[in-house]
Amino acid sequence: MSATFRYRALTLSVLIFGAIPAIADDLKIGLIAPFSGPSSDAGGPEMESGMRAYLKIHGDTVAGRKIVIIRKDAPSPAPDVARRLAQELVTRDKVDVLAGHIFTPTAIAAGQVSTQAKVPMLIMNAATSGILAKMPYTARASFTLAQTTAPLARWANKNGIKRVFTVVADYAPGIDSETAFLQELEKSGNSAAGSIRVPLDTIDFASYIRRIQDTQPGAVFAFLPASDQAKNFIKAFREAGLDKAGVRLLAEGGMVHPAISMTLDDDAIGTVSSHHYSDDHQTAVNAAFVAAFKTFSPGGRAPSYIAVGAYDAMEMLFQAVKMQEGKLDPDRTMQIWREMAWESPRGPVRFDPASRDIVQNVYIRKLERKNGALVNVEFETFANVDDAGRQ
Amino acid sequence: MKAALIVAGWIAAPVLYMALFPDSLVLASQILLMGLFALSLDLLVGYAGVASLGHAVFFGIGAYGAGLLAANGWGEPLSALVLTMLVAAIFALPVGLLVVRGGSLGRLMITLGIATLVSEAANRASGITGGADGLQGMDVWPLLGLFSYDLQGRTGFVYAWIVLTLGFLAVRSIVASPFGLSLQAIRENPVRAAALGTPVRARLTFAFVLSAALAGAAGAVMAQTTQVVALNSLGVHLSADVLVMLLIGGVGRLYGGLIGAAIFMVVHHWLSDLDPVYWQIWIGLILIGAALAAPDGILGAIEKLRSRKQVAW
Repeated sequence: MSATFRYRALTLSVLIFGAIPAIADDLKIGLIAPFSGPSSDAGGPEMESGMRAYLKIHGDTVAGRKIVIIRKDAPSPAPDVARRLAQELVTRDKVDVLAGHIFTPTAIAAGQVSTQAKVPMLIMNAATSGILAKMPYTARASFTLAQTTAPLARWANKNGIKRVFTVVADYAPGIDSETAFLQELEKSGNSAAGSIRVPLDTIDFASYIRRIQDTQPGAVFAFLPASDQAKNFIKAFREAGLDKAGVRLLAEGGMVHPAISMTLDDDAIGTVSSHHYSDDHQTAVNAAFVAAFKTFSPGGRAPSYIAVGAYDAMEMLFQAVKMQEGKLDPDRTMQIWREMAWESPRGPVRFDPASRDIVQNVYIRKLERKNGALVNVEFETFANVDDAGRQ
Repeated sequence: MKAALIVAGWIAAPVLYMALFPDSLVLASQILLMGLFALSLDLLVGYAGVASLGHAVFFGIGAYGAGLLAANGWGEPLSALVLTMLVAAIFALPVGLLVVRGGSLGRLMITLGIATLVSEAANRASGITGGADGLQGMDVWPLLGLFSYDLQGRTGFVYAWIVLTLGFLAVRSIVASPFGLSLQAIRENPVRAAALGTPVRARLTFAFVLSAALAGAAGAVMAQTTQVVALNSLGVHLSADVLVMLLIGGVGRLYGGLIGAAIFMVVHHWLSDLDPVYWQIWIGLILIGAALAAPDGILGAIEKLRSRKQVAW
């Protein structure tokens, strides 16, 4: 049998069966995330590199089982596609665990397959509050927007910043963060100077900036996760001289993450944001993670919060498999995850047994240039924040 | 004899598929539903000659209609299906009246405009639709109170197949009816059809409404079997996809939409499995190649081959 023939036979089997048959003892992870299209920049490859970084540090075998990652492309928030991919991962590829999800709709669709098949699922991003209630076999290793936003409002209250103007992208996550911020703000009798929701494809912010100027706020809170929006908004904010007039710029951390918003420039320096992860976090665990991640990422860039979600999902998987000596019983696995606490690259984390969401520190950071690179330098910590933003 | 063969084929094909590919039934039911969706567009584009870039609006109305019913306590799938088809049809009436007023390019703009309006409205109304997070909390009751939706997707597959069959029979009899023939007359020459006394705009509007109801049915069953609805179900992207499916299969030929949907979905599925990162590049190349090699779709190419053979004999 010639090499070409064998190659063709393999190609044919891949074409017909859609997958390279894995060895029975492998521990298979079905990773559903955007690997193509505009969302892939901060999507599947980022998650996979986070997982590979974990495997590089801790070895690719746990309790005698080798880790195999099966990638499935879900380029957009289409639940029908995710449902199909999850079902085939479970019934055909016989994966041990489902994972991934940038988008909430794909997480919900795959979560139904996880529930029905009793296959544990680990969410690595999808940050909408309350989606886990109907998915008993799913845990979330990432964050929620309420969790990362509420502490920023608390910080503003503590520092006597009055009358904050909020600007968010007009879609569900933007509205989530606006609600969380305003609720927390009003708890101390503080109030908003005004609120604007801007369409997702806005890139010219001149008219919005004028409206902000008219109200003379003490600070502006922004959540504009699309990379060019963040850059343009910050630029317009500076050009209007708002920063010189003493208006502080506060942002949800996802907006000013240099690894994701790669167009951010020196205009953004000084932006105060709140998030659960900065690659500048000063611990040995994080240093090892950042170093391992850089060997996989394009251009050796630093990991983002999406990568750390993937890293921690692997930690959870390894822990569950170790404690069950190679097995992965669904109920026992969920029990282990509910009770887990560990030192993540983001800091100390544990699980809330009731919500199956992560309880973690949320850091207030300032964007600075350090050794040539833009980084968020943490300067204040809100410890043990739960998924609803409470401490 | 030929009719008996076709009926046997319609029944045998799904049974054979279930036996051969028990692990790919979700893919198959989605192909059937996209086939029904493309078929509804064929009634509009292929038979009535009204091009649309916003047909997903009606698919989406069906999906959100079924989704909202199931999320608010009415999970009975069949009555929800009928109800959402009605809603899609009612919404299509004023839209249809607008669309048929345009010229052929004007119609593209009107349908595109309505698609943009509706998807932005659905995004903004996140209190009702869930916005970008998708509509959650659907609880769809078992089909006929007996068959719950299994992991393998058997119930969903049979359900989709039955709805497609009924839809196909409906379109088949519509296009063979005097009404259907008048649509084809309008498509060929609207001025002459009007001169012969055909109420052109009324006929086209009615075709638009029928087509929307069928698209709504496809959307409703998709929502009921997926149990989540998101904004992609009424997006412009889906409208373009379904048009491409129809063009691949062949316009105005009944089976064109079904064949096109099957090829489009299977190629997508295989390529994205083989190469999750770069598969969309191959899709683009294949689409260009297909348009050049078979401008009238696959059925058109087969017809051409056949007629050439007859000439040669």
